Amino acid sequence: MELKQKNKYSYELELGKGDANPRIYANSEIVSTLEAEYTQHNSSLKQLENLSMLPGLKGIVALADIHPGYGAPIGTTTASDLKEGVITFAATGFDINCGVHSLIHPLNAKEVSEKKKQLAEQLFRDVPAGLGIRGKLVLTKSEMDEVLEKGAAFAVKKGFGAKKDLKLMEEEGCVDGADADVVSDKAKERALDQIGTLGSGNHYCEVQEIEKVFDEKAAKIFGLKEKGTFLSIHCGSRALGHQIGTDYLPILDSAVKKYGLKIPERDLVCAPIESEEGQKYFSAIKAGSNAAFANRFVIGSLAKGAIAKVFGISAEEVKTFYDIGHNTAKIEKHLIDGKRQNVLIQRKGSTRGFGSGMNEVPLKYRKAGQPVIVGGSMGTNSFILKGTKRAMKETFGSTIHGAGRSMSRSQALTKWTGEQLLAELAMKGILVKARSVKGLPEEAPEAYKDILSVVEVMHKAGISEKVAKLKPLVCIKG
Amino acid sequence: MYSTFENKADIGVRGKGTSLNTAFSECAKAMTSIMASLKKIAPKKKIVLEVKASDTQALLVAFLNELLFIKDAKQMIFSKFEVAVEADEHGAQLKAICFGEKINSKRHELMTEVKAATYSQLKVAKKGKEWVAQCIVDV
Repeated sequence: MELKQKNKYSYELELGKGDANPRIYANSEIVSTLEAEYTQHNSSLKQLENLSMLPGLKGIVALADIHPGYGAPIGTTTASDLKEGVITFAATGFDINCGVHSLIHPLNAKEVSEKKKQLAEQLFRDVPAGLGIRGKLVLTKSEMDEVLEKGAAFAVKKGFGAKKDLKLMEEEGCVDGADADVVSDKAKERALDQIGTLGSGNHYCEVQEIEKVFDEKAAKIFGLKEKGTFLSIHCGSRALGHQIGTDYLPILDSAVKKYGLKIPERDLVCAPIESEEGQKYFSAIKAGSNAAFANRFVIGSLAKGAIAKVFGISAEEVKTFYDIGHNTAKIEKHLIDGKRQNVLIQRKGSTRGFGSGMNEVPLKYRKAGQPVIVGGSMGTNSFILKGTKRAMKETFGSTIHGAGRSMSRSQALTKWTGEQLLAELAMKGILVKARSVKGLPEEAPEAYKDILSVVEVMHKAGISEKVAKLKPLVCIKG
Repeated sequence: MYSTFENKADIGVRGKGTSLNTAFSECAKAMTSIMASLKKIAPKKKIVLEVKASDTQALLVAFLNELLFIKDAKQMIFSKFEVAVEADEHGAQLKAICFGEKINSKRHELMTEVKAATYSQLKVAKKGKEWVAQCIVDV
């Protein structure tokens, strides 16, 4: 294994594949960790080596939040040739279109801090979170089909949020080409009462203070100002996405044999993009993505309602900021080998971060570049970045999604108790309300890499630039 | 015997036993133990599952994922399993009697939801006299 430094913040995993060698954005500390872990089973670098063996790859990019996942590392973007390439389960994962939906409050940090407890309780009541919790919206199967094909627009039809806000979402809240028929009845049945639910694990609904603005011009375009407040919802397609993955795992497993594909590990099951299996799986991912957009849009609307109740304002005064996924698969046009061509881009724990002027960026933000919402954990900062033109040239317009774990969940559970963590966070002025206090330490701030250094790598590499830093005030967990 | 093992972002689940059936049952317990306190789940109601797959490894993943489907679709969680696995060169199948009850957030000490079982670090094998069934689950 050879990791060649290309410039201060980028490295290349030398595998003799030319431009398709994995490129890693990191600082020396992240690289040391990656190298030290290399010999461990399932390490990030080994997963990158394995991933690079798949056919038809035009490039692999690993971001500074890279950490081992199943099959592919989390914090990775792959670009595959549409004719020669495969669609891989591991490069998108089970939580299809997991992402972040953010709102801007009209209230300042002082006003919010004064009613922190009330706000936490209201959000906890209004945003269903945790294992086994059902949503307020219970769909019929035909309504679920509509969710799968129309995404967040379905939520608007049901009275959640406003149509104009769809413009402020990646893909305007709906990926074209989703076919509800390629999603099993089991997947639909499993999630009929889950649209508008947060889930558990690393998912959250967090009220944040805009602590610092780094880029005044971009912040003005984004509508962010210091001491203002913000709310971020982190979740995905819930059990619907999980069941799509479950259903397609054996289909892709059979496709590997059927098409004689050579994969180094079974967790890289895949199908040629052009094959029937590949096309159906791709369409199912699109359907799962639409369910995630609808889910976050409904939660966004519930959160707006909660804020309105606590502060005696109208829900319309709470503005939608942006919605972006980080477990996705889509066809995008990128400059490869000197020409612009369509490729399948799969992002796993990686956010699209397109530069200024791109049509895919909402008109409102197009001059600045696409907003990128980088989520921290309960006690740490989150960041708003902007996509850059450099990212379009180097990373297929992709960047980080969070800090990335540094400690396993079981290690974290032995290190802290839930009560201890709640008290420590309260000392820092962060009010956490969790359905499972026992499981809370899994998401302890120290179980993650230092988000500041991860963000700094991407900023200094010119891939996504800092616009604002957010500080948590209230965090709702499952 | 059931246990969980380290994996940075997710969690590994492992079941061991003197038979393949026990290893599967124990692996299911390992997965449930991530979500709730096993000893708090009373084996009051039973459901019977039948699962098929191309081989015993894929069967383990399909079995665990079927339990997760029932968790969401029927709001049921289980603490005791009686599993009978059959496998030959054409494929593998199992019948499982699962004992448990409706999810109760007050009594079951609920923790992290498992999203799905994966093919990562998937192993169903006999080592000496002992069977091992394991994989990584996405949380």
